[in-house]
Amino acid sequence: MDVSSFLVQGLNSVQYGFLLFLVASGLTLIFGILGVINLAHGSFFMIGAYLAHWLQLKTGNLFLAIALGLPLSFLVGLAVERLAIRFLYARDHLYQVLLTYGLILIFNELQRIFWGNDVHGVPIPSVLDASVPLNETQSYPVYRFFISLACIGVAAAMYFVIHRTKLGMLIRAGAANREMVGLLGFRVNRLYALVFALGAALTAFAGMLSAPVNSVYPGMGEHILIISFVVVVIGGLGSIQGAFVGAMLIGFVDTFGKVFVPEAASLSVYAFMAAVLLWRPQGLFGARPA
Amino acid sequence: MRPLSRPPFWVLVAALVVLAVFPQFVERYYAQLATKVLVMAIFALSLDLLVGYTRLVSLGHAAFYGLAGYTLAILQRDLGLVSLWTTLPLTVGFTALVALVLGALAIRTSGIYFIMVTLAIAQMLYYFANDTKWLGGSDGMFLDVKPTAEFFGLKLFDLKNRVTFYYFALAALAASFLLARMVLASLFGRVIDAIRCNEPRTRALGYATWRYKLAMFAIAGALAGLAGYVGAAQDGIVNPAFLSWHQSGQALVIVILGGMGTLYGPVVGAFALIALEDVAAGLTEHWLLFIGVFVIAVVLFLPRGIASLPLGGLVRRPRKRGGGAAPLPERPVPEAGDD
Amino acid sequence: MTDALLETRGLAKQFGGLAAVNDVSLAFAAGEVHAVIGPNGAGKTTLLNLLSGEMRPSAGSVWFKGRAITGLPPDRVARLGIGRSFQRTNVFTELTCFENCWIAAQSRRASSLRFFRPAAAHAEIGVAADRALDLCGLRARRDHAAAAMSHGERRQLEIAMILATEPELLLFDEPLARMGYRESQEVIALLRRIAEKHTIVLIEHDMDAVFSIADRITVLVNGAVLETGTVAAIQKSAAVQAAYLGAEEQP
Repeated sequence: MDVSSFLVQGLNSVQYGFLLFLVASGLTLIFGILGVINLAHGSFFMIGAYLAHWLQLKTGNLFLAIALGLPLSFLVGLAVERLAIRFLYARDHLYQVLLTYGLILIFNELQRIFWGNDVHGVPIPSVLDASVPLNETQSYPVYRFFISLACIGVAAAMYFVIHRTKLGMLIRAGAANREMVGLLGFRVNRLYALVFALGAALTAFAGMLSAPVNSVYPGMGEHILIISFVVVVIGGLGSIQGAFVGAMLIGFVDTFGKVFVPEAASLSVYAFMAAVLLWRPQGLFGARPA
Repeated sequence: MRPLSRPPFWVLVAALVVLAVFPQFVERYYAQLATKVLVMAIFALSLDLLVGYTRLVSLGHAAFYGLAGYTLAILQRDLGLVSLWTTLPLTVGFTALVALVLGALAIRTSGIYFIMVTLAIAQMLYYFANDTKWLGGSDGMFLDVKPTAEFFGLKLFDLKNRVTFYYFALAALAASFLLARMVLASLFGRVIDAIRCNEPRTRALGYATWRYKLAMFAIAGALAGLAGYVGAAQDGIVNPAFLSWHQSGQALVIVILGGMGTLYGPVVGAFALIALEDVAAGLTEHWLLFIGVFVIAVVLFLPRGIASLPLGGLVRRPRKRGGGAAPLPERPVPEAGDD
Repeated sequence: MTDALLETRGLAKQFGGLAAVNDVSLAFAAGEVHAVIGPNGAGKTTLLNLLSGEMRPSAGSVWFKGRAITGLPPDRVARLGIGRSFQRTNVFTELTCFENCWIAAQSRRASSLRFFRPAAAHAEIGVAADRALDLCGLRARRDHAAAAMSHGERRQLEIAMILATEPELLLFDEPLARMGYRESQEVIALLRRIAEKHTIVLIEHDMDAVFSIADRITVLVNGAVLETGTVAAIQKSAAVQAAYLGAEEQP
């Protein structure tokens, strides 16, 4: 393939990787700090996308839709944590899997009740609806650049919060030793609710951003959930670094896999995961198993 | 030796009798539904071997269920094999082999990684089936005939008859139950018990625990393959949904609902859940919502499953210690290191 | 020393810049009870870990019955006839005492990948398990869950499990830790019974116990051997007293 096509695919792979990073980092944060495996994580992605679609219809403006949708997603995350997730702390992973599986069923049906079975599109805002020329023949959509930039912004904000603020310090401390943080007088429950809601909002944001390019359809959360599982497995549970590296790798493998091996496109990601696991069962940045 | 958590003998016999005469007294629809329940019971029983007895939570067990269905379809379509005596062993054997290979990869991981890896493996097979024309793509494949059961030209029984098929499924369930009991009571089963209780300690005793986990994974996969064979033969069709993680998720719900770590629990759970789904689907098209709420309720209020209910005391021989389906303990807080 | 059952030559273990075990060369003769003592942090547990395969040495070698076993994983070492107890009692709490010993005894088999015959049909395993339970005085608790037993009884069960594997050499890591006087006496008596037919290497802080059952003692300080000798020699040694009194208060 020629250079500009390669560049286009490369940009696609980076953009996809960034989106995956947002989703996977939410998943890995929730697991690393709360100790909960959340199968319904993909549902927040779907919730974000549907909120973007619905609010965009109401307001006519995607930016406004995102601005309104984010706090809504945060609230949904809070509600889910208070009503369901908080019963899962310190319980065996099996029960976490089952309960969040029940959540998926509920979310999927609620989506069908509110928005039906159709596939919806979300229009790209006109200010971003342009293309940047790469050479005489190829150009690249501005909106996709916007996605990548937005993700980078969020990632930077995350880094700042986790490493430079008191909240971030509490989060890191809570991850290391929940009981101690509680004994020291901090309200661990509130901290956990906050972290969960943030993780949900992160994922929902990814869903909102990607809605114009990926369309909005029932069951869309499941695909991204499983891919983000693959990312987290490859990167190592609990590691944001790992989530980033894993997301970029998967973005690359998936995008170029589709280009070079279209018949086995969906398999390439799993084959890659198998290869990584054969080499390092705990993931690239995960803690060595006992 | 520790008695397997099981009802007193008379209860098992009574249950078997009820199951045996049941189709004679009900309409065809219920016999068919009951067959579906039996298939799910075999599938859930195989998953319980992994989840309840070995503490391996697999979210991708449907991979073997679906694989068996596709194998049967291919044996029929491409190799022209229709006899029960050839297709059944070939299907189950092939499924066991694949389980051995995939298990070898999955067992390298543990805990939460294992859950995710098994899910990813099943998804891989799902997409493979969905995208491959040779396997019928998203439409799947038809099974033109039911497996035939002939002996030197003499037709032994006709699986096209729904009631006969029901007994075939019942026989498969009974065989699975007995096989599982045998395996769990063997030397191998003792090691599995130990692994479930305390895997590091088992390793410290000199057991290469991965071998036992892998063997159990293959056995469970083979039994799931049996369920898939019967299921595909019943429906006459196999499609990617057989491999979906909803299939795996449903089986997991059944195992917990019935009572994990018992062999009869999954059977009870299968009856309960499928009956519930049947009723709910008749009430509203959004019945999955209620199932979701039900699942959450089970996790929160009945984690030990139906087997732990007071009437479970009727059917469970009181055991000297603890009681059968033990609830999973809270995850241990890591202790401070030593010298 | 070629007739030593277990031998280490120049054994060392580094953790980063810290030498937890430093150039330790010891020989444990068959049939003896050999105690390893020393102040806290002297590297005793690390040494035991190196002997049992829990840790790989940074340098040096370990020899058992004339064979090099350096770096072998713990399950291989266990199979060769070396049994090990841990500081933290680690038994199968859900299983009964008998089942605990059964699974330990079963580990001697070449392979437990046997699916068809009921386990109970292998009577010889049950016999070994019961024998171990009897030696440890746990017959009465045979069918009770380990979870229901006291700390001292669990420690005895731990020892029974090791005995059920019929090892030649036993490694004990502070078997008397966290025990009251009476329980300690029972365990000391048990160790004496075991010593009649086995070789024992034992880490212990309880000096009375050590002096009463050990044949020879090695004193480890800062990961290196300060002195090895008979009980009498160690009791009289000025260097040992200095090490203990200098490092910590001793009653």
